[in-house]
Amino acid sequence: MKGRKLEELFFRVLMVLATILVAGSFFLIVGTVFFKGFHYMNLDMITKTPGGGFYIGKEGGVLNAIVGSFYVAGGATILGLLVSIPVAIFINLYMDGKRFLSNTIRMAFDVLFGIPSIVYGAFGFLIMVYFGIRASLLGGIIAVTLLVIPILVRTLDEVIRTVPFELRDAALSLGSTRWETAKVVLRQIRPGIFTAILLSFGRAIGDVASVLFTAGFSDNVPTSLHEPAATLPLAIFFQLGSPVEEVQGRGYASALILTIIVLIITILSDILIKKFSKHKI
Amino acid sequence: MNFRLLKDKILSKLMLVFTLASVSLLVIIGIGLYYKSIPIIHRLSWGELITSSIWKPLKGLFGFFPFIMGTLWVTAIAIIIALPLCLLTALYIVEYAPVRVKRILTPFVNLLSGIPPVIFGVWGVLFIIPLIQIYIAPHFVEFSTGYSVLAGGIVLAVMIFPLIVSIISEVLRTIPQELKDASLSLGATKWETIKKVILRKALPGIIAAAVLAISRAFGETIAVLMVCGNNAVVPHSVFDPGYPLPALIANNYGEMLSIPLYDSALMFAALLLFIIILLFNIISRVILARLERKLAA
Repeated sequence: MKGRKLEELFFRVLMVLATILVAGSFFLIVGTVFFKGFHYMNLDMITKTPGGGFYIGKEGGVLNAIVGSFYVAGGATILGLLVSIPVAIFINLYMDGKRFLSNTIRMAFDVLFGIPSIVYGAFGFLIMVYFGIRASLLGGIIAVTLLVIPILVRTLDEVIRTVPFELRDAALSLGSTRWETAKVVLRQIRPGIFTAILLSFGRAIGDVASVLFTAGFSDNVPTSLHEPAATLPLAIFFQLGSPVEEVQGRGYASALILTIIVLIITILSDILIKKFSKHKI
Repeated sequence: MNFRLLKDKILSKLMLVFTLASVSLLVIIGIGLYYKSIPIIHRLSWGELITSSIWKPLKGLFGFFPFIMGTLWVTAIAIIIALPLCLLTALYIVEYAPVRVKRILTPFVNLLSGIPPVIFGVWGVLFIIPLIQIYIAPHFVEFSTGYSVLAGGIVLAVMIFPLIVSIISEVLRTIPQELKDASLSLGATKWETIKKVILRKALPGIIAAAVLAISRAFGETIAVLMVCGNNAVVPHSVFDPGYPLPALIANNYGEMLSIPLYDSALMFAALLLFIIILLFNIISRVILARLERKLAA
């Protein structure tokens, strides 16, 4: 009898410890990055592009990478939305009575979601070679778009599924076409679309492996789609590989910048999701 | 009126094209990578590519065995660390934690999943590497730089925490309350109920979560590359450096086009990753979909 209680207690303690470790790892990571990066953080980091001798520890910042990352992530998210909104609508509103097929398509997107970004990067590189595009902002956007499409489709699909059937039925029974019904649904899920955008943007801005071959790297802010573009994660990776202490330090500061950007995005989307589930009918 | 119907029809066809195009990406990626790996497969055959340990691109020798082993080592370490911890965490969150604690915990799992891979890499370099080099390794081996498959495994484990916790929690929530009540009313303790009822019921879901996590770990690139040591030999202990497949691709893209067959070899590495991950993903998704259907029925 006592043994059973003891076992219960033992595992309960174990569970609490595991939970503390898992949830605590977040603080450990963010704490480490803050602790190291804060020391090297200054205004130049976010307002200047690398000056001459930046990579041996002279002055400059990573503005090129910050802007490049926003361009790549923004461009990919916009392109991704153009593809995934029609797809999500099609699965949900145009495939009535074909549940097996629509579920198979859903599963295909789940599988696409699981394909690692390095494979998208390699495939994006193949596309670029095929069309004769050099490592550039455009190449980066293409590869990252492939990466975010599954995220966008999955999120939008889930959001559309929360729209009550009655709403669609009402629209259809009033004589509207499926497309007109889709417009009603789209208006309903507007906050959900923003959530999807944030999720996709957050994933896109932090990913390295997909832009590694495709976006290239440059010390300047890109002014056209055909120029190579630096990205923040790649800048972190390069700077950390430097033997110069100052440059490594800037890598930590860049890591801090990226962490802050991503945290803001994640928290915003969390708030949006909560708001969305509160107001939906 | 006709115009409205026409518009609907055209748009529906357009959306169908978009849907088919993006779904067929799965096939196109596979074909594209295979097409690019044909030169090396013809030169050296699948068997030789996978089982040979000699990696000398300049001499035209491409043996992927060390890289496959590197990938297996880090993935195995990651899943061995992560699975029990995440299972316990999910059990605590779903079965024990008061609502208030639950509300505080869930955002952190979310936030953790949002952190980019490169930040995990930075953390690995700053925290895990010194930890292994100074505190862990000296107890077991004479010398280690810290850059090892163990470091890669630990960093990967933390990266897959959110994925495993969220899937297992979802699976646990699908278990009917009546089953738990029946067990508890027969006098079983909560832990006994978990052990003999809940875990048994949730087993397929837990396996699916593990398989999905393994496939995620397989393809993770930058974080592992930063802490693994990247030495093209088969690791023999957890303190040896390793060189997983994704790291190989990422590290050598620069020289890819200057050495004959090298680009083909790297695309073959990508193809290997793609095939393995595709299979694992399909397996786990099928298991999960089946669970969902059972629940709906």
